[in-house]
Amino acid sequence: MRIANLTHGALYMLGAYFGVSILKVVPNLWLAALLGGLAIGVLGALFEKLVLRKLGGNVLGQVLVTLGVAFIIADLCLMVWGGDPIPIQTPEFLQQPVRLWGLVFPAYRLAVVVLAVLVGVLLYLLMERTRLGAMIRAGVDDMEMARAVGIPVSRLFTIVFCLGAALAGAGGIIGGPIMSAYPGLDSDMLPLALIVVILGGVGSLFGAFVGSFIVGFVYTFGVALLPDLAYVILFLPMILVIAFRPKGLFGKFAA
Amino acid sequence: MLLLLLALLPVAMGEYYVNLGSQILIFAVFAASINLLLGYGGLPTLGHAAYLGVSAYLSALVALKLGLGHALGALLALAGTVAMAALFGLIALRATGLGFLMLTLALSQVLWGTAYRWVSLTDGDNGLRGLTRPFGLDGAMPFYYFVLAVTAGSIWFMARYVASPLGAALKGTRDQPRRMAALGHHVWMVRWITFIYAGFWGGVSGLLFVYYHKYIHPVSLSLANSAEGLLAVIAGGSGTLAGPLVGAAIVMLLKNYVSAYIERWNMLLGFVFVFIVIFMPEGVVPGVKRLWRRFTSKG
Amino acid sequence: MAALHVQGLKKAFGGLPAINDVTLEVAAGERRLIIGPNGAGKTTLFNLITGDLTPNAGSISVLGEDITRLLPHRRAHRGLARTYQIITLFPRDTLEHNIALALLGLTKARWDVFRGFSKHFYEDAKQVLGRVGLDHLAQRPVSELAYGEKRRVEIAMALAQKPRVLLLDEPLAGLSREERASIKQLIASIPRDTTVVLIEHDMDTALDLADRITVLHYGRVIVEGTRAEVVADPKTREVYLGH
Repeated sequence: MRIANLTHGALYMLGAYFGVSILKVVPNLWLAALLGGLAIGVLGALFEKLVLRKLGGNVLGQVLVTLGVAFIIADLCLMVWGGDPIPIQTPEFLQQPVRLWGLVFPAYRLAVVVLAVLVGVLLYLLMERTRLGAMIRAGVDDMEMARAVGIPVSRLFTIVFCLGAALAGAGGIIGGPIMSAYPGLDSDMLPLALIVVILGGVGSLFGAFVGSFIVGFVYTFGVALLPDLAYVILFLPMILVIAFRPKGLFGKFAA
Repeated sequence: MLLLLLALLPVAMGEYYVNLGSQILIFAVFAASINLLLGYGGLPTLGHAAYLGVSAYLSALVALKLGLGHALGALLALAGTVAMAALFGLIALRATGLGFLMLTLALSQVLWGTAYRWVSLTDGDNGLRGLTRPFGLDGAMPFYYFVLAVTAGSIWFMARYVASPLGAALKGTRDQPRRMAALGHHVWMVRWITFIYAGFWGGVSGLLFVYYHKYIHPVSLSLANSAEGLLAVIAGGSGTLAGPLVGAAIVMLLKNYVSAYIERWNMLLGFVFVFIVIFMPEGVVPGVKRLWRRFTSKG
Repeated sequence: MAALHVQGLKKAFGGLPAINDVTLEVAAGERRLIIGPNGAGKTTLFNLITGDLTPNAGSISVLGEDITRLLPHRRAHRGLARTYQIITLFPRDTLEHNIALALLGLTKARWDVFRGFSKHFYEDAKQVLGRVGLDHLAQRPVSELAYGEKRRVEIAMALAQKPRVLLLDEPLAGLSREERASIKQLIASIPRDTTVVLIEHDMDTALDLADRITVLHYGRVIVEGTRAEVVADPKTREVYLGH
């Protein structure tokens, strides 16, 4: 959507913390993820409608506002949930390891991978195969023209932002058993998201998908081999790709 | 004029304020260097703390691990910072606008993360301590004058740059990059040179920083630090060289006084960003002027 | 040797061919007018020549030198200058600053970090402004100027580069009758050591200025020749009446 959004990491973290609280009342992780995602989605929609929309095209403004909100959320989480990491329980029936092709995998992580692929495919179908997706893409490509044709661009953008925020929030809860909820989760997640988007190419879902695989693999192996330079290895793929292709791997335009 | 006032400051005020003054001046150099890119170049950078940090760390490491003196240390630190700025500029300038911003952020985060993780070199979360000030300037007042001299020199050089033909070209590329290229200006090169120059002065502020605190910690390389610098520029107004100086004073004073009462400085910083963007997008100083005019004309 | 030679130029956006095999030769000192209905590809052609766009195929040379691979700023150094359809000046700066930037672009001094800019370039800028009759406004910011005066500054900026080939993109657009006459006079007064290629919609004014005319339609050259030849050619009428 061509919006500079630095709040995303914080939304993920907020989701995780929401999850912690929701789980006290609703012990099912998936349900909690749904509810938490919904809540964050609503917050995201409000933010977009009331604040972000007024800053169309003002890149610096968007960055500062989203950064500001990220800081606010981070400190709010600290105030409400305290400074200690809070673990989130893995759902019971996924606590057993799974045997596949002679290798052992933790069942929950497999489930997360499956879920991620599912969400990716659904998003892709939504953007490429539905009328809603077509309208959104039209709005991004040429806002004036889309409006002229009767597409409610502003409302769609709010919906997209809401969806993005909801996914981030739900992601926080689903990632909870693996990562827990802790202060600083936002600054750990945000660079990952940025790297993946820049490397994969702005505007390309497929690029984000491929990007996350590349970054994931490079990072995991890199960290095992050269732990001191973990952060460099994390950013290296993105830097290399940008150096040769400013658009990213599958980007529609240079970021 | 202003310089005289600043020079007389320590005579009038107590040690606490003199130290605060030093901090403001150091931050002012940092903010001014950011403004070379943001205000004059139209290149919003969110990773300038990298240059402050690299220079500070290099200076510290050279002193602690190689035992070299301050002059040589400063030389090496600045040389390293310039090299880093040249490299980062090559990468970041593959994009403009949002992409440029993201890249500067990403590159600065690399350094930040490395400062934390590469414990064998940087001692990670403990930071590097046991550093000394040049010429043994441990007293608040003499150090203040040292900082004042360096700051004045830095601003003077930056002012010269901005008033020069290259500076005019820079401003041109900010306003109409296509037109500038059609006129024969090498837009990318102008930006890259400015990037390095801004990185250099960021490095100078880093040296002053590490001399003042006699300590350096990865948090000085953080996004929050870059963001504070950005805030100073925006608060004071990015249109002039003096703006960031005023902004630096505002932000530093705010930080000093407010953090006595409010624990959550980051949150306040966040609110301030949101507030400024919504109500005073052109910067605090012009914005306040505008609101004041509106307020008084209603009566 | 042609001042400007475009050979087999092609440019497509997505699936849409904007320039579809255009070949053009403009002799030194010639005044060439490029006309065609909206969307014919005229400004795209200019953008390809200046290097703002890269062609999919074909070549471009100025005074015998192949510039197809050169970056836009290097083309300026080869003697190419242009004005834009939409006024692209520096609105917050004074006229003399605007022209000074144009004068700066081709000199070594553009890398200077020590001299004061205004001291060394504003004098010459005023002289250039004098040639277009605007030196009395030298210290006004561009934003305060009337539209017609801004158009004049656009042209002055390009002339400041002492170009060998000057591309004027709709220099008369949006001007009143008197303004058009005076700009026309300005263009007519450009010395013949500068080759001028112009895009225009205002037939009456432009046809007078042109030695030869090229008619573009759907990215192709449909007709080319002297004024009489083009006006007489039935294809020309088709292009315009077919709308």
